[in-house]
Amino acid sequence: MKFKDYYQTLGLKKDASQAEIKQAYRKLARKLHPDVNKSHGAEEKFKEIGEAYEVLQDPEKRAAYDKFGSNWQAGQDFKPPPNWDAGFEFRGGGFTQADSSQFSDFFESLFGKSSGARHARPSFHARRSFDTRGQDVHAKIVITLEDSYLGAQKTITLSRPVVDQNGHVTTSPHNISLTIPKGIIEGQQIRLEGQGEGGSGQGGNGDLFLEIAFEQHRLFTISKRDIQLLLPITPWEAALGATVPVPTLGGNVDLKIPPGSQSGKKLRLKGRGLSAASQSGDQYVILTIVTPEPITEAQKQIYQEMAELMPTNPRKGLF
Amino acid sequence: MINTTVTGTVLDENAFFSLRQCCALCRVDAQFIHEMIDEGVICPSGDNPQNWSFAATQIKRIQITLRLQQDLRVNLPGAALALDLLEELAALQEQVRLRQ
Repeated sequence: MKFKDYYQTLGLKKDASQAEIKQAYRKLARKLHPDVNKSHGAEEKFKEIGEAYEVLQDPEKRAAYDKFGSNWQAGQDFKPPPNWDAGFEFRGGGFTQADSSQFSDFFESLFGKSSGARHARPSFHARRSFDTRGQDVHAKIVITLEDSYLGAQKTITLSRPVVDQNGHVTTSPHNISLTIPKGIIEGQQIRLEGQGEGGSGQGGNGDLFLEIAFEQHRLFTISKRDIQLLLPITPWEAALGATVPVPTLGGNVDLKIPPGSQSGKKLRLKGRGLSAASQSGDQYVILTIVTPEPITEAQKQIYQEMAELMPTNPRKGLF
Repeated sequence: MINTTVTGTVLDENAFFSLRQCCALCRVDAQFIHEMIDEGVICPSGDNPQNWSFAATQIKRIQITLRLQQDLRVNLPGAALALDLLEELAALQEQVRLRQ
């Protein structure tokens, strides 16, 4: 286990005032909130600042953390000193502010675990409800464009609390295999009923919402259901027309380039995007002409002849 | 390790929900939905609450509003503003991406 420098996480000095801690946290929370910040890693950082704030905003926990924190560097291997928690009444699930199941092992080793269904402060992942049903869990699942084009089978691992025979709560990994339906697109959600957090009493489990995100593709960009590909072609293919092989998510197809095509021309391959039962997507191929560099004299000669035979002024419209 | 196979529902363009289903799904009361409609955050189809129909995109707006309210302590008009700006930002980012 690595030591976590909570001050560093929030960008603060160790002598920061409580007001500075609050300001730093709120500023970072607005910036890193997973609904606001879609960049990879933002969600992880959002959790980290939440954990740091949970400790530093509480003078009692902060004092406890400060007591040994001065001797440690972030990332150092860390083991809590023996008997370190003696005298801190929040040890063993005593804290009441947060959903600690989202926090790190480091946090748990210092301040203990929550006892399960107690989640007073809602977070991105777990939100409060008025009944005793378990929390809904919101998570992101990253898939490839191919997964959506063909449909796929994915296994996700969730960490969930299990009550053993003696009534102790431990977390255990739990595999869920999930069918990714054909034609699902970014931003859509899959709702798994009853796969959220466990409830208390008769409450039942919460739901799990998985939001789809796409991994960046080497060749294609995606806009809703439509796939876009930049296709390099030669000047003579553009001028005279040609049939060239083009990659699609379903394999290569032959594409006819009409004679007299220009760079930027958009050609449509119908139905080659992300199609679901009732909605279809297309692939757009955008032509980009690659001009070969003349190296030999003969090659330069050809360009020269073109200039003479085909006098043209592409800048006419500019003046 | 426990292994389970589960079946999910996809909230896509074909998924529509009544007011009651929408409340159950997002775990909010009808009053809150009314407030969101008044604020212009969501817009169900249908002319009265009995036949209101909420699309999956509306459900997502409700969920994001709830998270923004809880995590960043913004009020409903603030969340509505943030949602609109986020949508605009996403559209601009996409334009930039497609141009590259």
